[in-house]
Amino acid sequence: TTKFTVINVWKFLRNFITSTKCTTSSQGQGYSCDKGARPLSLAGHVGFDSLPDQLVNKSICQGFCFNILCIGETGIGKSTLMDTLFNTNFENFESSHFEPQVKLRAQTYDLQESNVRLRLTVVNTVGFGDQMNKQESYQPVVDYIDRQFESYLQEELKIKRSLHNYHDSRVHACLYFISPSGHSLKSLDLVTMKKLDSKVNIIPVIAKADTISKSELHKFKIKIMSELVSNGVQIYQFPLDDETVAKVNTTMNGHLPFAVVGSTEEVSVGNKMVKARQYPWGVVQVENENHCDFVKLREMLICVNMEDLREQTHTRHYELYRRCKLEEMGFKDTGPECKPVSLQQTYEAKRQEFLVELQKREDEMRQMFVQRVKEKESELKEAERDLQGRFEQLKRLHADEKAALEEKKRLLDDDQSSFSKRRAAAQLLQAQSLTANGKKDKDRKK
Amino acid sequence: GLCFLPDRSSDTTMELEAEVNVELCQSGPGLQMSLIRGTDLFGYIGIEAVLDQMRSKTMKAGFEFNIMVVGQSGLGKSTLVNTLFKSKVSRKSCTPNYEEKISKTVKLQTVSHVIEENGVKMKLTVIDTPGFGDQINNDNCWEPIVKYVNEQYEKYLREELHINRKRVIPDSRVHCCIYFLPATGHRLRPIDVEFMKRLGKIVSIVPVIAKADTLTIEERQEFKERIRQDLVDNGIHVYPQKEYDEDPEERILNNSIRESIPFAVVGTDKEHQVNGNKVLGRKTNWGIIEVENVAHCEFANLRDLLIRSHLQDLKDVTHNIHYETYRVRRLNESNMNFSEPGPILYTPTPTFSTDM
Repeated sequence: TTKFTVINVWKFLRNFITSTKCTTSSQGQGYSCDKGARPLSLAGHVGFDSLPDQLVNKSICQGFCFNILCIGETGIGKSTLMDTLFNTNFENFESSHFEPQVKLRAQTYDLQESNVRLRLTVVNTVGFGDQMNKQESYQPVVDYIDRQFESYLQEELKIKRSLHNYHDSRVHACLYFISPSGHSLKSLDLVTMKKLDSKVNIIPVIAKADTISKSELHKFKIKIMSELVSNGVQIYQFPLDDETVAKVNTTMNGHLPFAVVGSTEEVSVGNKMVKARQYPWGVVQVENENHCDFVKLREMLICVNMEDLREQTHTRHYELYRRCKLEEMGFKDTGPECKPVSLQQTYEAKRQEFLVELQKREDEMRQMFVQRVKEKESELKEAERDLQGRFEQLKRLHADEKAALEEKKRLLDDDQSSFSKRRAAAQLLQAQSLTANGKKDKDRKK
Repeated sequence: GLCFLPDRSSDTTMELEAEVNVELCQSGPGLQMSLIRGTDLFGYIGIEAVLDQMRSKTMKAGFEFNIMVVGQSGLGKSTLVNTLFKSKVSRKSCTPNYEEKISKTVKLQTVSHVIEENGVKMKLTVIDTPGFGDQINNDNCWEPIVKYVNEQYEKYLREELHINRKRVIPDSRVHCCIYFLPATGHRLRPIDVEFMKRLGKIVSIVPVIAKADTLTIEERQEFKERIRQDLVDNGIHVYPQKEYDEDPEERILNNSIRESIPFAVVGTDKEHQVNGNKVLGRKTNWGIIEVENVAHCEFANLRDLLIRSHLQDLKDVTHNIHYETYRVRRLNESNMNFSEPGPILYTPTPTFSTDM
């Protein structure tokens, strides 16, 4: 049922977009063409024609963000094309073909051209198309795109937020690299693009186009486009509503998908050095429109439609994500009377729930803690008792020994006292015997 | 015990910095990030073209500007607004059977027009505040105005919180409030202080000295100095607010503006011949006051500030600062019932299950 609602929402949204005449820039400018505002003519020069310049100057001060996602098999030439597009050498790593899962590698660069500062983020898939089982290959890509939307949504929903300083990491353009097989799209391509077409602006490109001949290329392009249409894949259409660019965009829409060749090496052709690939049979010039569509891609992606890509990402893809996410959470626009209240009520209900849960967990943890303390306490008590027992035992032993020693001492004392008695008696006897002998002598003398 | 090795401290700070950088880049499972600054471009890419793209998109979409005029009757509010936009944009000028009468309460009225200049379309809404300061008892005369300003913020907030949002949220928020000070030559009056104190917190106020042709240049200078002093003494912040200067360049520019406000203005829609040229001016017996002559009055300075240089900035300050302040306050109001402080942050943690 959620899928059904999303499709309905998408249909409704598309109708809404095509029927409204007023478009906006990503700054949320523009006014609703409503009744009540009468046109008035000016009697002189007021000066608000400088408004677009004021706006542009502010944007120059803030700088621009542009995020490109490149999806394609390993070795198909994603990094080289980025280098060629932006006329520089980004840090490149040659990826292995043995990645167990598809990963994404994002790198951010600050580029500057005259007074325009661009914060460019290039996200490359790593290991796309290398696994044996490619069923889940699209998932990391979808997750990445959703994460960036989520990040923005969280910032938008914060109470204290700073959106105008926010580094926008949402993917503005997705270059899908098609292998130059010359036949048709691979099923991996169709599956992946179908999963991404409502989340990001997809621009399909045919990579390594110098391996296809002109006639094959023409048939290949037609085949690809018809396959996309028959499978209901919505790729990015260059916008036709602005007269200044409608003409060139219409032509370009007819050249999709762009057949590109990338190269940062220079080869001398005539009297100039041009970016090219040198083969024994000739030189493929990157910027020669007869050789490949590189110039068209650069023109469309950067010079003509960068701002529109950013705007579509914000007003269409992001809004869709936001709507789905909030509806998933249970938020609804109930009636014209209850807007922020309803959002807040649901918010608060959820928060209460969360707090109750938190409280429950806290209680659980507290109980567990108390339990542990009790256990520990009883353990310690046990040990204490043990110790006490040992102590008592030792004490008794000690007392016994002491008693034994006392006994011995007593015996010794007794011995000693009897001995001294005997000695005393013996001495007395001796003394007596001496005096007795003395008396005898005296008697003889008389 | 702990052992402090002072020469290691630089290492730890670098580690911390690297950590912080990594954290700032939204990383996730299977994601590697790096930040590289300043690359040399080997050739022209065409990034500049994005400026033209932006310009043409905004011109196609058109602009909105909502300006409020506040002041007692008779200070020339309507005339000034008409002079600023060189057309009859004020309510007075475009309401048929308009009768000048003092209304019993302050009732705000808006009128909108679409004006175009060199392909740039602007929907201009002028919000008038008749009755302000006209009563005998002017207590709380700012309340209807405060209510109106907040109501516009509320409207915008509600639209913004919709699940199904409009592509363009209609912006009726007051971008600029011109407050008219009568040219007494003395100081700010209590009503001026009260009004600007309260409104200065929620909207960008541009005070002007109305009907300044009754002041000589010296009187004007002294008056302005006293007013600036009064503003400082009462803690009133008028546009351009010091706290919102974004870079030193802007600060320098805004400082020079802050030193010359409030602008002493004269308004008129009549033209006269001066030295063979047709100029906007007020004709008196003692001379013609040329409105757009900077030696006569500061109308041109006000026009340049409001329209030619800072119009977008006024809108940005309203959107990024005043509106955000209102939003924070509004969203926090619901928190006051709960014991825990802190922001409500929606975190889609899978750990707690909620039945949907």
